[in-house]
Amino acid sequence: MSGLSQSAQEVAAGRAASPHTSMFLRMLVRAAVLRRGRAGSALLAMIVAAAVTTAMLNLYVDVQAKLRREFRNYGANIVVVAKDGASLPPEAFAQVESAVAGRGVIAPFAMVVARTIDGQPVVVAGTDFERVRQLNRWWSVSNWPSASHQALVGMRALPVVSPKSQGFQLAFQGREIQLTPGGTVQTGAAEDSRVYLSMADFVSWTGVQPSTIEVAANGSPEDVSAIMAQIQKTVPEAEVRPVRQIMEGEARVLGKTRATLLAAAALIILTAALCVLSTLMGWVFDRRRDFAIMKSLGASDGLLNGFFAAEAAALGAAGAAIGFVVGIGIAAWIGRVNFHAPVAPRLGVLPLVLAGSMAVTLLSAILPISLLRRVQPAVILRGE
Amino acid sequence: MFARLVYESFRRQKRRKLLAGAAITLGVTVATAMIAVATDIGDKINRELRTIGANLLITPQEDTLDVEIGGVNLKPPSDGAFLKEADLPQIKGTFWHNNITGFAPMLPVNVTVERDGRRLDASLLGTYFTKRFAYGKEEFTTGVRSTHPWWKVDGAWPGDESRDVLLGERLARRLGANTGDSIGVSGRSLRVSGVLSSGGAEDDEIVAPLVLAQEILGKPGAVRRVYVSALTKPEDALARRDPKSMSGAIYDRWYCSPYPQSIAFQLQEAIPHSHAEQIRQVAQNEGAVLTRIEGLIFLVTLAALLASALAVSAAMATAIFERRAEVGLMKALGAGKVAVASVFFAEAALLALFGGMVGFAAGGVLARQIGRAIFDSQISIAPVLLPVILAIAVIVTFAGSAAAIRKAVTMDPVFALRGEL
Repeated sequence: MSGLSQSAQEVAAGRAASPHTSMFLRMLVRAAVLRRGRAGSALLAMIVAAAVTTAMLNLYVDVQAKLRREFRNYGANIVVVAKDGASLPPEAFAQVESAVAGRGVIAPFAMVVARTIDGQPVVVAGTDFERVRQLNRWWSVSNWPSASHQALVGMRALPVVSPKSQGFQLAFQGREIQLTPGGTVQTGAAEDSRVYLSMADFVSWTGVQPSTIEVAANGSPEDVSAIMAQIQKTVPEAEVRPVRQIMEGEARVLGKTRATLLAAAALIILTAALCVLSTLMGWVFDRRRDFAIMKSLGASDGLLNGFFAAEAAALGAAGAAIGFVVGIGIAAWIGRVNFHAPVAPRLGVLPLVLAGSMAVTLLSAILPISLLRRVQPAVILRGE
Repeated sequence: MFARLVYESFRRQKRRKLLAGAAITLGVTVATAMIAVATDIGDKINRELRTIGANLLITPQEDTLDVEIGGVNLKPPSDGAFLKEADLPQIKGTFWHNNITGFAPMLPVNVTVERDGRRLDASLLGTYFTKRFAYGKEEFTTGVRSTHPWWKVDGAWPGDESRDVLLGERLARRLGANTGDSIGVSGRSLRVSGVLSSGGAEDDEIVAPLVLAQEILGKPGAVRRVYVSALTKPEDALARRDPKSMSGAIYDRWYCSPYPQSIAFQLQEAIPHSHAEQIRQVAQNEGAVLTRIEGLIFLVTLAALLASALAVSAAMATAIFERRAEVGLMKALGAGKVAVASVFFAEAALLALFGGMVGFAAGGVLARQIGRAIFDSQISIAPVLLPVILAIAVIVTFAGSAAAIRKAVTMDPVFALRGEL
């Protein structure tokens, strides 16, 4: 009883405070306030559905960029080589770097066959350790050399050039160099049989310029093609090749993952929409007495439709707005947990979610209303 | 009386029961399909990742260094050790043989190529294309076409017993040779069945059947290295440990997990005098990509389960709320809280079991469709999951009904009958 008198006081206070509030608005607000429980559960369903939808759409848009970053750890997807196995011109590296312009990691490689002190041939490569470290993250390196004349020795080359990890000599075309093993590298592939030097040591010893520049370009296949075209334009004397096995594998895995995610998103959104539909329809159906009273007091069909539609629209909009914020939070959390980088909020998703919510709520208001309209108000009021 | 109440409720309120049952069925369908996809996605993506190339390499144990620059092998071809081709079927005899999707032996030989009086030094790579094998009762085919799927051939792939070869596209350009031409290779006349484009060192090489390479080298049955493509599990702390320092039980667990390391270890056991190692570029990154995708689908599955649980709860709550008058009548006639609640719970359980069963079947079909549409292969749901799914369906239905039932049994029958709630 106290609840009733309190609400009566509220009504009186509300009327005193805003004598010009339109009847329409007051009816909307009072309906939601008086049936808090039902309105609350409908709003909750709306929020959850909008949140899940927002999160799925955000993830779907962003997952490609996230997974591409993982694929960049495979290393180069573009290789720049001199035509016919010659050296690239000395300025080629700077040109490639300017063409890539920060859209990826690049590293130069130069190679010769040198001989150890007992005449064993071994492949010696010159490179930039700092760049290789970023480019080829899968290299298992015991210690990256930092001083000059320190070499990074492949696991299989180690027993040949420096079995006791002592300093060693290498000779190339009569010129010798004294090196100390700064660390070992293990990859399970050709790198294990090589000795790596810093580019400065390598060029001053052999006089051979880089013959290969490896580029790990970021972005979509179109971005990578654009970068390739730009490199080709800046360094016309070089041959620019895509690393097909990486590019094709990446495209396949990304395509399948996105398709799976899309299927999942479709299922989830469908379920959420049906959940909202059934809750809201229950809510509207539940208010058939209000409907009957309004109708018997002479409300037109248009006004009744407008009233319930406005109510549904207000609920849909409120649910979509709150759900959008929650969904952005969920997507960011999934990004942090799974990809260690937040999923950037896409505002472009908001109109989609809003429109979808409105459509579902309006549908769930109109369906029961069109059922109720056929019934005489007196029948409803008698509780039949 | 109790059974009749429940039975009549289903008989007389078909529409409402159908709606609630449909919601439960839909929820269970979505949950079942997503669980099936989530449990299978690792295997499916793993197979897609195999298109990036082999992740394990077998080399002779006592090998000399590779001296190879830009596809040109500077090591004397007969130098160093070889593996025996006859040992290769043993790869299918290892513990994880079902995880090995293919292997390709390689034997590089230095040759001189002749065409129209032009002579070039080049490298000829002997390998399997699609070789048929039998190990025990098992038949399988393997070769570069499964381990190196990015190789594209303009023309036809040579047979493994033929004397046809593939010509790398850049070598073909330099020689001016094309599909169908004959080239001289170290004194033999061979037919070019196709031009190979690989985007790698093979573009400057000739690729030939293994037997032909062995014949040119004069070493029958010899293989220099073997690329193995295996489905592996992402590396964890256990994988990185040294098997020699493990105690019995931990060693068994390591040995029986498909880590790249343990499969390499088993390959080494199977092939005498060999050294097997993971190709880190492929193996390491594959683990990372796989973990990410599995994690993503797992989280999405949780979202799907949440959404379907919510849909079921909402449907149940609405269904019970609509029956306040009935509850009022029951209570006015003297039914206790327990009696009213048990009628509702019995109905909920029946709905959940029925909806769960239909949903499980529908979810299985849906998962199969998703598998066929996206991965061109089956995704099936294990029948053992049926009781689990049914239990979840019942729990979710109960949980969804609980609040509404509580409200229904505590309300005053007078208000309910007057329809004032």
